[in-house]
Amino acid sequence: MIAWMSWTMPTAIFFAVIAAILLAMTVYEVVSPCTERKGFLPIATTRGDRLFIGLLTSAYIHLMFLGLSEVSLWLALGISVVWLCILLRWG
Amino acid sequence: MNKIPDNRAWWLVLPVFILVAFSALIPLMTVVNYSVQDIFGPNSAYFVGTDWFREVLQNENLQASLGRQFVFSAAVLLIEIPLGIGVALMMPTSGRRGSLCLILLAIPLLIPWNVVGTIWQIFGRGDIGLFGWALNEIGINYNYTGNTGDAWATVLLMDVWHWTPLVALLCYSGLRAIPEAFYQAAEIDRASRWAIFRYIQLPRLKSVLVIAVLLRFMDSFMIYTEPFVLTGGGPGSSTTFLSQTLTTMAIGQFDIGRAAAFSLVYFLIVLLVSWLFFTAITHLDKEK
Repeated sequence: MIAWMSWTMPTAIFFAVIAAILLAMTVYEVVSPCTERKGFLPIATTRGDRLFIGLLTSAYIHLMFLGLSEVSLWLALGISVVWLCILLRWG
Repeated sequence: MNKIPDNRAWWLVLPVFILVAFSALIPLMTVVNYSVQDIFGPNSAYFVGTDWFREVLQNENLQASLGRQFVFSAAVLLIEIPLGIGVALMMPTSGRRGSLCLILLAIPLLIPWNVVGTIWQIFGRGDIGLFGWALNEIGINYNYTGNTGDAWATVLLMDVWHWTPLVALLCYSGLRAIPEAFYQAAEIDRASRWAIFRYIQLPRLKSVLVIAVLLRFMDSFMIYTEPFVLTGGGPGSSTTFLSQTLTTMAIGQFDIGRAAAFSLVYFLIVLLVSWLFFTAITHLDKEK
């Protein structure tokens, strides 16, 4: 099963981080359930909504870096992490 | 009274989770793995990092194909949604005529995609097809295999013929769910036909329209078989949409790594647009 999936270390780390985030959010939700609220986003969101929006926009940030520039993706990753934190806290 | 929270019911979700994992998550993970490699099989894979993504995003053919796809989906939604609502409004509300309309409307939905393509391919031909022959006879120079505009018109017409009934059926069910009292109240207020549509029918159709818009967007954005059978993507590449470009890359050229990167970009676009539609409409609902 593993062989045909042709795993590589970077993709394994990528999925492990996503899984860890989901697990952490689940634990956080059980410990302190969230309520829908309105931040700087134009719509009221729950914590899960903000995570989804954050991950989706992060994917687009990476695509924009790849498509429009030759700059290292580490910068895109840095911007995405900061953006995700801002979104989760104040979004 | 203190309630003890019991979340054991969540275990009932486990079978669905396992099914989704097999049918969606594992294939998606595999596509992500392939997208960073130059791969012919598990034993001949070379890590290339994000090279495929960069190439896919900067490839002019793919950008053109993406542009065509957006124009097509937008045209499909702009035509099919108003037309579907119109057809549903004109349908008889009950009785035999109502049933007959429902059956007639459902017929195009029952025809497989490749058959729809074949039907229109023959229908549009100038020599033996009724549609193509009739247009040429009345003096319109119509040739969907040679003229880009004609090819686009035929592909759009085919999609409208095939899928407007779905929108109409959804709207029809939404309209039937409106209680008679609403119409009686409108009659007492001497509301015009337009006012009834604008303030009673349209707001009540919102939830079915969300489904219709989402289904039609996703379906038209993934369209493959019908234009492939009808025009083969031509003339030139004027009706080559995203999925056909992707299939040519993945199966025709066996360029799996590049095709995987391309399909992930494709997936992200569908995800974003679907989420935007869904959020916009559900939040409009909440504000009310």
